[in-house]
Amino acid sequence: MTSRRVLRIARRVVLYAAATAFTVFAVMPFYWMMLTSFKTNRDLYVGATDLTHIPWIFNQRPTLEHVQLLLAHTPYATWVANTVFIGALVVLLTLITAVPAGYSLARLTGRWGEQLGIGIFLTYLIPPTLLFIPFARVIAMLGLQNSIWALVLVYPTFTIPFCTWLMMGFFRSVPHEIEDQAMVDGFSRAAVIRKIVLPLAVSGILTVIIFAFTLVMQDFVYALTFISSVGKMTVSLGVPVALVRGDVFYWGSLMAACLITSVPIAVVYNLFIDRFIAGLTAGALKG
Amino acid sequence: MALRNEASAMATLAVLRHRTLADREDLLGRLMLAPAMAYVLLLVGAPLVLAVLLSFSSATAGNLSFSWIGLRNFATIVADPQFHSALSNTVVFTLVSQALVIVLATAAAFVLDAAFVGRRLVRFLILLPWAAPVSLAAMAWTWIFDSTFSVINWTLKVAGFLHGWFYWFGDPGLAKIAIVTVHVWRTFPFATVVVLAGMASIPRDISEAAVIDGAGFWRKLFQVDLPLLLPIVTVAVLFGVVFTSTDLGIVYLLTRGGPYNSTHVLASLAFQRGILGADLGQGAAIALFLLPVLIVVAVAMLRVARRTEVGT
Repeated sequence: MTSRRVLRIARRVVLYAAATAFTVFAVMPFYWMMLTSFKTNRDLYVGATDLTHIPWIFNQRPTLEHVQLLLAHTPYATWVANTVFIGALVVLLTLITAVPAGYSLARLTGRWGEQLGIGIFLTYLIPPTLLFIPFARVIAMLGLQNSIWALVLVYPTFTIPFCTWLMMGFFRSVPHEIEDQAMVDGFSRAAVIRKIVLPLAVSGILTVIIFAFTLVMQDFVYALTFISSVGKMTVSLGVPVALVRGDVFYWGSLMAACLITSVPIAVVYNLFIDRFIAGLTAGALKG
Repeated sequence: MALRNEASAMATLAVLRHRTLADREDLLGRLMLAPAMAYVLLLVGAPLVLAVLLSFSSATAGNLSFSWIGLRNFATIVADPQFHSALSNTVVFTLVSQALVIVLATAAAFVLDAAFVGRRLVRFLILLPWAAPVSLAAMAWTWIFDSTFSVINWTLKVAGFLHGWFYWFGDPGLAKIAIVTVHVWRTFPFATVVVLAGMASIPRDISEAAVIDGAGFWRKLFQVDLPLLLPIVTVAVLFGVVFTSTDLGIVYLLTRGGPYNSTHVLASLAFQRGILGADLGQGAAIALFLLPVLIVVAVAMLRVARRTEVGT
């Protein structure tokens, strides 16, 4: 009896210890961002050789000077605006292509549609690193070098395949009997889509919006390849590449930029992660 | 109610149209699919073909000329020791990080599958590395591994493990450890949620039956739980392989391929030669070496998907 209890307690201890270890590993860089963003320079730049100065805590009162510097004296706000502008257009392009395509693959195309759906999904596996070189040529031919429009054109190449796949899975999970009944009642397919399918698909469409936008936020490679002017950069490119003066990194403001950008994205993303995983693994987990 | 009225009003109209629209359902399907297909074919398919063509050319970024030089780009890179090191780095970083990810993610999924106080919060926090934009996370790590201010060095020194000093990005071995660490940190959350989703789909009664039949913890783990999880772990790892083997951002921001070009991977070398060095042809040839990996992954993914479908 007692040995069993000891075992159970030991299990709980291991469980909590493991949960803590994983959490610490995952969160440490974000904690470090937070500390750096609000530490005074005297507290920040001590050097790790000084073993009496503990870098893991605030040794002096936190300060807002790095955040103020970031917002007032760097192009951070411009980068945010660029990202939002590009993101909005990409989301729009993705919606008008991927939602109808997803529906079509789920309902209207039958067997070959299924094959095609898998084909479209596989294109999502073709990474930017394989395509940025030919795109450099395409963008040059179109005269879009160093233009925000290059990114608006290129980003849908990864948002459309993924979101089409996501919407296909979503429409499949909606029972088709409602639509069949409406068509028996005399509605055309087009009317069914407009009056029944789209209202039902609101949550799927919301997911597409969130993912298309976060995928845009994640990109670094295309922005690095196509954009060279600081004023045209996105957040993901500008913060790591252009937030330096000469050779000097302003770590306080830099980490503040990382923190302010990452946390909202991460929170929203977390709310939708289950749909994302369900979409990605739809094939493997079917049934 | 409104729907009903409208329905009857439309029904009369529909009698006239129904037949044609029913016949044209396939056409409507194609029409709705066309924009997405066109985008993918024009801007993924065509560039992919262009990548292959460029690798056989002496194209540069400066002008739009295109001249066929056969296999010369491939001959050049195959003879280039730096390409060899980039290729082996890509393989090593991918294999080592994904091996660690398999272990960590499976363990983390078992933890998150158990009931404990604060489970939702832990899940949220563990997912942060995957959700944050990769280039910003890479900057945080660059700062963590800073040669003067590295908090890791401070902690190791205080704990008494470190007597000299780690210049993380000044030493090829340490730089590689740093890169693999960031890859693991970034992909293990993703693999964890994928495996966790897989666990939810495994019927509990198999596991319970094993316990009733007297299987101990380890026996149950290795003979029941892990084999059942294998397909979903495979899927997680296949995605992980794609993400790590093709990554440019982490290596570029952490080390720029340094020190002494010792940490280049295919993607960063392709960027260096193709974009910074303006030799599009050679850059394309280097990047193309990623294609076999992707084909293998795609085939494996389809097989896993098919097998589980047959299984159900």
